[in-house]
Amino acid sequence: MRIVVAMSGGVDSSVAAALLAEQGHDVVGLSMQLYDQRGGEQTWGSCCTLDDLHDARRVASVIGFPHYIVNFERQFRETVISNFVQEYASGRTPLPCAHCNSDLKFSTLLERARGLGAEYVATGHYARVERDVNGRWLLKRSADPEKDQSYFLFSLTQDQLARAVFPIGTLAKSEVRTQARRLGLSVADKPDSQEICFIPDGDYAMFIERKEPSVARAGAIVDEHGHQVGTHGGIHRFTIGQRKGLGIASTIPLYVLRIDSDAGNVTVGPRSALERTRLVASGVNWIGIDVPAARVRVTAQIRHRHKPAAGVVCALPDGRAEVTFDDPQAAITPGQAVVFYDGDAVVGGGWID
Amino acid sequence: MTELVILWREPTEYIGRSKKLSRLPGPVIYGQMLRFEETVQRTYLDHNATTPLLPAVIDRMTAVLREEFGNPSSVHHFGQQAKAAVDDARSQVADLIGADPSEVLFTSGGTEGDNIAIRGAAEALEATGRKHLVASAIEHEAVLNTLKALARRGWRTTLLPVDQSGIVSPAVLREALADDTALVSVMHANNEIGTIQPVFELARLAHERGALFHTDAVQSAGKVPVDVKGLGVDMLALSAHKFYGPKGVGALWIRRGLRVLPLMTGGRQERSRRAGTENVPGIVGMGVAAAIAAAKMEGEGRRLAALRDRLETGILRAVPGTAVNGSPDYRVANTTNISFDRVEAESLLIALDLEGVAVSTGSACSSGTLEPSHVLKAMGFNAHRTQNSIRFSLGAGNTETEIDRVIAVLPGIVEKLRSLTRAPARA
Repeated sequence: MRIVVAMSGGVDSSVAAALLAEQGHDVVGLSMQLYDQRGGEQTWGSCCTLDDLHDARRVASVIGFPHYIVNFERQFRETVISNFVQEYASGRTPLPCAHCNSDLKFSTLLERARGLGAEYVATGHYARVERDVNGRWLLKRSADPEKDQSYFLFSLTQDQLARAVFPIGTLAKSEVRTQARRLGLSVADKPDSQEICFIPDGDYAMFIERKEPSVARAGAIVDEHGHQVGTHGGIHRFTIGQRKGLGIASTIPLYVLRIDSDAGNVTVGPRSALERTRLVASGVNWIGIDVPAARVRVTAQIRHRHKPAAGVVCALPDGRAEVTFDDPQAAITPGQAVVFYDGDAVVGGGWID
Repeated sequence: MTELVILWREPTEYIGRSKKLSRLPGPVIYGQMLRFEETVQRTYLDHNATTPLLPAVIDRMTAVLREEFGNPSSVHHFGQQAKAAVDDARSQVADLIGADPSEVLFTSGGTEGDNIAIRGAAEALEATGRKHLVASAIEHEAVLNTLKALARRGWRTTLLPVDQSGIVSPAVLREALADDTALVSVMHANNEIGTIQPVFELARLAHERGALFHTDAVQSAGKVPVDVKGLGVDMLALSAHKFYGPKGVGALWIRRGLRVLPLMTGGRQERSRRAGTENVPGIVGMGVAAAIAAAKMEGEGRRLAALRDRLETGILRAVPGTAVNGSPDYRVANTTNISFDRVEAESLLIALDLEGVAVSTGSACSSGTLEPSHVLKAMGFNAHRTQNSIRFSLGAGNTETEIDRVIAVLPGIVEKLRSLTRAPARA
């Protein structure tokens, strides 16, 4: 069976590809070039730089399957990057990896794969796909809770999950590295990528300003009562719960509570004011169940490193849902995903409004 | 990576229809645990990228590598032997292009030839006040990027547009020439579409204005008759691996008496025009390849033209929404460049490779992805067509059976891609 493996050049997707090849599948490695590699601007460190593409190629040649680089610069710009910039410009904090998964890897790349006679796309994600007795595709957490990436995959539809293969979803990171060593892959000890791949230096504000200069609009920092306590150089520099970089002297620690993109204001206040028990999400994708008619008890995760909190979710019209937590949660951030779990299984998820 | 590990696994199962796991003889090098034995039939249709070495070339090079290891600059027997081998090769290359051997300078390939010609001549002419360089818009990057580099150092540059069949019209060059034009560089045959330029006409116009004329003949030498005197040029670059010689060796013909400053300084090899100990095995291989190309040119040209036409008409007939790019009349015999409407060339190339058919498109960028072809862009095609075109370049090993197989597999592949890929936005 022919399987296309999306290869970033990192150890995870390399081992995913190698394991599939070892199992006897007809593996075709594809690496996506997502931004211009010629400028010398992005030359080091993160996902899919020239060095990474080289690493992916080396893995393919060592294991012995064909590997190609596909140019998705335009698609990446039109989907992931434009969303990223727009979200920040609207005072939200985007989650580009989730968009990349559902809008690029399991859409454009999947279409490419099918054109090449492959019905599946495999990636190096730490997550599991299973099929229940009713034929429903389920998304579950990885065997390694530390590395679990199901949060970033919540927006995959049933059709996309049916064509997704996560070969290392049952492995722990340490086992992946052991496998890489056993297979003789040069990437066995390569460090994990940390930053967002298209901003290797981590300077989001600068990146956004380059793409959308109008965001660099000065505005006021106000307290909970609307009194101005400072100024800022653009709302794209802030996220909910942020404490550093406010430039305000205060006797108590201040956190960003709200970002108002229309007025250009950033509201700050004490930590206690960050807490909420309720959120509404839109663009909700239900995975484990159909759109529920009644309230469903779940644990809900509001960002990548958040410990899922118990609560109930209730479907609203227009693909929205409301989550009510048993206990207040700090820094519920618009633009991030809220993902509902039933134990290890993803029930569904949406974008926090 | 010096560690040798014996990683070993019994052959277990067949993979797909085209591959099987197989046992490698002897110990396995670090990392190479699996080796897939090729059972897919491969057809190589990318001879404009490079060609396989002729057995006679390999034999002669092997003899040099094994026995005639001397340094051509040495006075003793070994040096004389190597020197003689290089001289023989120089005569063979000179014969291929109608030149005198003393005018032939061995290089590391086409790119170096273009660099020496353009930079060397430009530098030599700098004192005369001629600060203008002209090239066609469809040149190889070896020329285009050399011009760009000189432009950053204060040279004025002009790129000549081409018509829709990819030809530079003499009228366009006449317009572009100025009193201070130092050099005009227009390729003899284009690598992507195979179109042959009216070099004689263009060179004459350049000379009328006192400018030098260089031609990159990398894609024509060995394929069509190339005669430096008949073309009326001042410099001409060629590359061995495009005509069944080794990679890493080429030649630049410089008209006798023309002053071209060297890029590499050092010893007095190549009449002080290119320092460094000669790549004797490569040069010897190039000589043999040149001699064979010259001898076979007429018959092989006819054979390849017939095969190419068979492929072209076969594709146009079997696949709807296809068109040929470039001049049907003025082109090298082995090349055709075809657009496939509503298909991304990138996908088609990969799909064909997975079927065992090796073709090419545009020029590859540093990462190996495909970029819109600057050649097709210059011909006035829209963004879609510059990204849906495939180059088929035929060569010595190709047979009618292979061509027919390509024509047979293409319609299904194209059909599948068209049904699954969203049509790229037209611009």
